[in-house]
Amino acid sequence: MSVQPAPDLSPRVSDEIRKTTCYMCACRCGIDVHMKGGKVAYIDGNRDHPVNKGVLCAKGSAGIMQHLSPARLRAPLKRVGPRGSGEFKEISWDEALSLAADWLRPLRATAPEKLAFFTGRDQSQSFTGWWAQAFGTPNWAAHGGFCSVNMAAAGIYTMGGSFWEFGQPDWERTKLFLLFGVAEDHDSNPIKMGLGRLKERGARVIGVNPIRSGYNAIADDWVGITPGTDGLFILALVHELLRAGKIDLDYLIRYTNAPYLVNAADGSENGLFLRDADGKPLVRDRRTGHAVAWDAPDIAPDLAAGVEIAGTTHLPVFRHLTDRYLSKDYAPDAVAKRCGIPAPRIRAIAAEIARVAFEEEITIPQPWTDFRGVRHETMTGRPVAMHAMRGVSAHSNGFQTARALHLLQILIGSVETPGGFRFKPPYPKPPEAHPRPHAGHVPGQPLDGPHLGYPLGPEHLLLDEADQPKRIDKAFSWEAPLSAHGMMHMVISNAHAGDPYKIDTLFLYMANMAWNSSMNTTQVMQMLTDTDANGDYVIPRIIYSDAYSSEMVAFADLVLPDTTYLERHDCISLLDRPICEAEALADSIRWPVVQPDRDVRPFQSVLLDLGARLGLPGMVKDDGTAKFKDYADYISNHERRPGIGPLAGFRGPDGMGQGRGAPNPDQIARYIENGGFWFEHIPEEAQFFKPWNAAYQNWAVARGLFDSPQPYVFNLYAEPLRRFQLAAEGYGSRQPPDHLRARLMEAMDPLPIWYPTFTDAATDPAAYPLHALTQRPMAHYHSWGSQNAWLRQIHGHTPLYVSGEVWRARGFRSGDWATLTSPHGRITLPVVRMDALNPHTVWTWNAIAKRRGAWALDACAPEAAQSSLLNHLIHELLPPKGDGLRWANSDPVTGQAAWYDLRVRIEKAPAGQRVTYPAHPAQASPVPNPPRDLAHQVKG
Amino acid sequence: MTSLPTHTERKLGLVIDLDTCVGCHACVISCKGWNTENYGAPLADMDAWGETPEGTFLNRVHTFEVTRDTAPPMVVHFPKSCLHCDDAPCVTVCPTGASYKRVEDGIVLVNESACIGCGLCAWACPYGAREMDGAEKVMKKCTLCVDRIYNENLPERDREPACVRTCPAGARHFGDFADPDSHVSRLVAARGGIDLMPEQGTRPVNKYLPPRGRDTLETPALASLCDPLPDTPGTPVQGFLGWLDRALERI
Repeated sequence: MSVQPAPDLSPRVSDEIRKTTCYMCACRCGIDVHMKGGKVAYIDGNRDHPVNKGVLCAKGSAGIMQHLSPARLRAPLKRVGPRGSGEFKEISWDEALSLAADWLRPLRATAPEKLAFFTGRDQSQSFTGWWAQAFGTPNWAAHGGFCSVNMAAAGIYTMGGSFWEFGQPDWERTKLFLLFGVAEDHDSNPIKMGLGRLKERGARVIGVNPIRSGYNAIADDWVGITPGTDGLFILALVHELLRAGKIDLDYLIRYTNAPYLVNAADGSENGLFLRDADGKPLVRDRRTGHAVAWDAPDIAPDLAAGVEIAGTTHLPVFRHLTDRYLSKDYAPDAVAKRCGIPAPRIRAIAAEIARVAFEEEITIPQPWTDFRGVRHETMTGRPVAMHAMRGVSAHSNGFQTARALHLLQILIGSVETPGGFRFKPPYPKPPEAHPRPHAGHVPGQPLDGPHLGYPLGPEHLLLDEADQPKRIDKAFSWEAPLSAHGMMHMVISNAHAGDPYKIDTLFLYMANMAWNSSMNTTQVMQMLTDTDANGDYVIPRIIYSDAYSSEMVAFADLVLPDTTYLERHDCISLLDRPICEAEALADSIRWPVVQPDRDVRPFQSVLLDLGARLGLPGMVKDDGTAKFKDYADYISNHERRPGIGPLAGFRGPDGMGQGRGAPNPDQIARYIENGGFWFEHIPEEAQFFKPWNAAYQNWAVARGLFDSPQPYVFNLYAEPLRRFQLAAEGYGSRQPPDHLRARLMEAMDPLPIWYPTFTDAATDPAAYPLHALTQRPMAHYHSWGSQNAWLRQIHGHTPLYVSGEVWRARGFRSGDWATLTSPHGRITLPVVRMDALNPHTVWTWNAIAKRRGAWALDACAPEAAQSSLLNHLIHELLPPKGDGLRWANSDPVTGQAAWYDLRVRIEKAPAGQRVTYPAHPAQASPVPNPPRDLAHQVKG
Repeated sequence: MTSLPTHTERKLGLVIDLDTCVGCHACVISCKGWNTENYGAPLADMDAWGETPEGTFLNRVHTFEVTRDTAPPMVVHFPKSCLHCDDAPCVTVCPTGASYKRVEDGIVLVNESACIGCGLCAWACPYGAREMDGAEKVMKKCTLCVDRIYNENLPERDREPACVRTCPAGARHFGDFADPDSHVSRLVAARGGIDLMPEQGTRPVNKYLPPRGRDTLETPALASLCDPLPDTPGTPVQGFLGWLDRALERI
């Protein structure tokens, strides 16, 4: 054999590693950006980072292609063609900012509500909300209303936190993990890492999802549930556990409102808690039979018996709960058909939950003291953990379904105990500890408080004197009383209709509302381009900021081009959507590891510049000049409360402050030195039982999460919901419109319920027999992946996956296309057979489809020609019911967009179909055509 | 034609855990990133933003459905790259000696400067693990990150293939199969690791761990503490409430 070649086994990897935070999705992993000759050569995961511990997903590793994307905008753009055409001219930043200031200044002086400022998937909501508050418009929110507000709100109202950014499974200890619904694009690396840990230990994973892909593919047991019935399935599990007595009574007594006495007397207090003179809820003390304050010392709260007062017996919450869920209506046999899950399988899953929870309990020899002052020698937990996200949430019964899931977790005593579900600071945080929503606007003045919050009763709704919604999206109105994240998906249609009022300027950031982020996409594009009798646009002005040539860009009058995530400062803040772990406090930054090579600016710095031009309070000095040089300056020096700022680490003049401390001018440098993040472990005695753990509460105060300890009990029974029901029953001064009374009485039930989704209830199953869903692929995120030369080769089009049953019934053959029809619209797609699928469900990938001309893709790209959005089939309103009203296609509690309620019928498309319908006209591209081929290598 | 070494000192390779792989493609893109920037020519993408993008990848993930008579269908994600076979037909078929198997560790490589792009090796590989680069017209394949695993410019802990370092689920493992006590050897022994298509006689070094049983949950119905109704003398309330009352007394 000839001499073996000797390749270079130690090539130089980089000149320097710059550690920042990924933004290829919302996971916020730490990345090592390997630089060669000042250029980005390679990206991998930061091993020291708390979120990803070195691993990185496909998106993160493809970040270099996002950074180099040909779809990057190059300069500010002013529209020269008609809206939607994509015809622009490039202008200077000075012209762009002057124009924006000229448009906004008179609005602030006369009618600040005429600015509607909504942001998409950014991670600077505490900043953009602060800006909007200073401007004085009530019309601000981010994208939660069309994403997962059902999950967030149900979690906060039930137990002070939900999944993902609120909490996580105890991956190291859990022995049984139940994963509900679509969850593969959120928190994705931590979940993958966690699943890997479970697999290593042989823990059982149960996946509840109509589609067996991704995580469900590796689930030990797959439950191919019918969409929209998760709540019914969960309550059947609750039924089984109650029937068998497999619940943690001690936990319920100590840590929940299960013993609280519910007022049974007729009248305006009916269904609220009995309270003492100090307003403290009462419980029955088993030792005396008397009603006493819930936190009185040395009592034995009862769960079984009530107290009789003036001939009326007031029962504890727990009795209301058991009376409901022990009903045969929730028996596995009663729900099996509807859920598409055989009853024996429901019983087996309930039995497995009970077995693991009560026969494999975990005890950690760690003493701790609860808020009552009682010392416990150990921490005992029930190692059953659960996780859910948008799949459960994006239904018109999603709020109550998420409540039901938390009820299940709490009944077995698995929340904040070892092996169960654990909160991440600053959670747990009950609704009372959050602000109320505000919409008080006065010309020339800031708003009277934060926009979003958690109403505790009808008095906190945002309604004017005539009981009309104060917000353009009608958030916090009777149509969606607990819309804690706003309702971005209603903004364009309401603004177009002038309902509840007309606006002047629609200002959007990073929200592709002319495409995959809106229901009813085709009509939304028409609303954005519609003109009045004078030929003026019905929505007079649209300002948009994005880094890329997205579909929404084409509909803007003024485009403010953002940088890529490697060219900017950001803070992933405790004030916002933090990256904490269950065992640690953490936040992080992005910083410009390279400078932009285009005339673009980071949006947050632009917003500060605009704020200074408008003279907004907090953004200018006394002499009227700009207070902050840029966003980095704001991150270091802004204080939300004295000593509390966007970043919690390295505070104070010496950089030793943790959570609290004066601004530190070297703070960002310290973060960069530390790998782009800051991390502090929670003390051992404070690691579990956080809502009730005195050590945790004191630590949280020391770190600035609260200003005083906030212990609380979990709300199995949610009294705020009951207050809305009472209003619907006619009590109180603030009354809902009559047409909403029945719905509020049903949906605002203080105990979790299940009802069919509005679409299921109103749809003839013979006409629309199938459910239709989307999933976002793990290797793609929203729209951003399609411009990515590497990722689009993994997912470049949207086949429609149909079950073997549908495949046979419709006589499909390989290569066929299908027409999918809903009551609202019609699309065509190529079909693919998939048997690991609920037989009555079809699905495709979300957000792969693109409008021709967008994202610097070729007009014949498969993303345009062989892909479509289910959005075309979904309307923001339900079909007319004949009552003269149009009902929102949303959850009636939170207003969350009910994307996954969709029902369709399927037919074989005519032979020869090769291009998807609908085909929208191409938009002109504001960026040059890319080169044909790519072979990127940085020669250092 | 090119000859194979009769023996290699070590047998470096991968164990891929099909029980744990969620099909996220992290390994695919991490590999693409490292190998575009390192060993040999960059991995090209032809028609990168066009109608038919076609790039070079050294590792791809395929997804299969497995239908079963009495249980729900399974889905298996199957990452595939060069298996660094002991009897590598891609090497013996190479007319120029460009393809070779390293004596010291068994890694199969292509010496690009000797590759004439004839493509015989890709035809010979029964696994479809080699790809002709569209721009350079040289054969590309998994190098097991030979320029990472010995790279003195990388910290010790990073001297593993990019796909292994990045795999979020921990489904990929790297090591020496010649050492029976190595992590990979022990995994294969413990989990019944298998050769891919052993009938091909290629003696692949990489091993796959098969998916564990799925949908096996068969627990007897939940034994109830309160139903059927316990008829305990002296207990006035029966059924659930009776159980509740007695349970509360014990707390």
